[in-house]
Amino acid sequence: MIKKRSDLKTIVIGMILIAVLAVISVGLEGVAKNVKGLSIMMAVMKKGTVYALLAVSMNLLNGFTGLFSLGQAGFMLVGAYTYAILSIPVAKRAGVYQYYDGGIVNFSIPEIFSGFLGDTIGPVVGMLLTLLICGVLAAFLGWLIGLPALRLKSDYLAIATLGFAEIIRTFIQYESFAPLTNGSNTLRQYPTFKHLYPYVIVVGLCILFIVLLVNSTYGRAFKAIRDDEIAAEAMGIDLAKHKMLAFVTSSFFAGLGGGLMAMYMSSVQAKGFTSAMTYEILLMVVIGGIGSISGSIIAAFLFIGCSEWWLRFLDDSANNIAGMKLLAPGFRMVVFSVVIMIIVLFFRRGIMGDKELPDLFKRRGKKAGKEAVGE
Amino acid sequence: MSKNVLRIDNVTMQFGGVVAVDNLNLEINEGEIVALIGPNGAGKTTAFNVVTGVYQPTNGAVWFNGEKIIENHPHGKMKKMYKGECAGAYTKVIAPTPDKITKMGMARTFQNIRLWKSQTVFDNVLIAKHCRAHSNLFSAAFRLNWKEEARQREEVLELLKIVGLEDVKDELATSLPYGKQRRLEIARALAAEPTLLLLDEPAAGMNPQETDELTAFIGEIRDKFNLTIFLIEHHMNLVMGISDRIYVLDFGKLIAEGTPAEIQNNQRVIDAYLGVDEDA
Repeated sequence: MIKKRSDLKTIVIGMILIAVLAVISVGLEGVAKNVKGLSIMMAVMKKGTVYALLAVSMNLLNGFTGLFSLGQAGFMLVGAYTYAILSIPVAKRAGVYQYYDGGIVNFSIPEIFSGFLGDTIGPVVGMLLTLLICGVLAAFLGWLIGLPALRLKSDYLAIATLGFAEIIRTFIQYESFAPLTNGSNTLRQYPTFKHLYPYVIVVGLCILFIVLLVNSTYGRAFKAIRDDEIAAEAMGIDLAKHKMLAFVTSSFFAGLGGGLMAMYMSSVQAKGFTSAMTYEILLMVVIGGIGSISGSIIAAFLFIGCSEWWLRFLDDSANNIAGMKLLAPGFRMVVFSVVIMIIVLFFRRGIMGDKELPDLFKRRGKKAGKEAVGE
Repeated sequence: MSKNVLRIDNVTMQFGGVVAVDNLNLEINEGEIVALIGPNGAGKTTAFNVVTGVYQPTNGAVWFNGEKIIENHPHGKMKKMYKGECAGAYTKVIAPTPDKITKMGMARTFQNIRLWKSQTVFDNVLIAKHCRAHSNLFSAAFRLNWKEEARQREEVLELLKIVGLEDVKDELATSLPYGKQRRLEIARALAAEPTLLLLDEPAAGMNPQETDELTAFIGEIRDKFNLTIFLIEHHMNLVMGISDRIYVLDFGKLIAEGTPAEIQNNQRVIDAYLGVDEDA
């Protein structure tokens, strides 16, 4: 019969998984500290974790709801700037906003919290709250953009959202907003998570929420819209409402991911959040499998690992075999593109297709069971 | 006289200069099975699309369970182009989207099957229950709605048992044979808990045996779910076998209405659509 609370299992398993991963990341950090050459691994892990959230949030929209949106970088930018602006310590503002008299924001949320929660818990609570504000602001912007843009379909929606992302980027760099955004100068010296495990926990919780959402009645409605919009509408699914829900949820997590991105990079500049960043994330979604959350996560780590770490030796001209001048800074990106092409050629539907990791085990279990019966 | 479920009043649907449905009037009473027949291109599916909110009629109104749910009059560019009748009789614009109309209690199937291809049979039916769910995004994500969810799952299982698809519930919808896909589409429509079921050519592409099964099936679900059924069909065996009343459309105009016996002997219908039996 029907397993009545089987869904609670997902929540519990997810929580346990996050806890285990957090412990592992603490352990890894300890190892990396003592082994030479592994410090880059920690950077890759951090970046990969952040990108995993960004890829999953994009997959929610592109893969599960079938809305082809390319506005990710715009929402990330809003998140990153929100985080930086709201958390730079007051004392350091004069230095950061050196051309604009210390800017117009004269508070720092982590500092406010350390005021009455103490210096250990306070800043952390403040930072997490700021991250939440990043998400909420990005979600609000997503709602605004969604009002006109979600009337469009497929390629047209992609172009519209891409345009909006570029508009946001230009707006932030606009001179008149500079007292708030520091114009085209960098924002820096805001508090960041020094260790890997806070990233893992925050991203883990976000992804767990998305997993739960995708498997809920709303997630099923999203998939119905992706599969056949006309049938979905005829079966009582309010298209405008559900598309907006997916769009806003996705922008919320993109904004939150943007905030984490700002932490990872430890300084942000609007110049960096170009559409190329969106394409990078789109590439992860496609490589991982459109409509597979675990695929997106795996692809995010593979992508970051490949582009930042494993192919590094190709950039080092000292590695050239006598007489060959092939290896030079930048050469790894050439190889990297070839690797991506090969992956796309051999995994037409991405590494995972639309399956999730647990599905693979189930399949294997079933096959093994059948074989056992056959014997 | 039983209760009036659906009433179409002077509905005209004009696309540009083409009048697809011309001043259509029809009534469906509670518990009836009413068929809409006519040659290809007569405007049958257009009439369905007007009733279910896919198209906004150019002129006219639709009443559902005594409530006016759709109304429109020629305005804007159409004001000059309008070729139909009863211009000026309607003044308001009521145009709910299809999902609102489904929530009011009207569910439909499609002429060319429109199942959700990547979903299993079970999920296809379960998704249709979404419009009856009371949870919001958060209560659904955090599983606070687990009671509702469990109830829905049980209802879906029950429904699949009734339509005889229980044994294939975990298969992909598209892997089913054609006849079963049709059944699944009806099951999906039933999951939306309608009072009026609209079937657009449910027997299209079926062999005679499947058609007979479907005929029996439609009668069965009418009784079991207290439905009123409005259907479009070309298989005359099916239409004449189960319909209480029949409406005949030709070139968008209603040319006849009546019981199956009356329609079979109506000269205009024979000329326009039924034709003469070769042996006769």
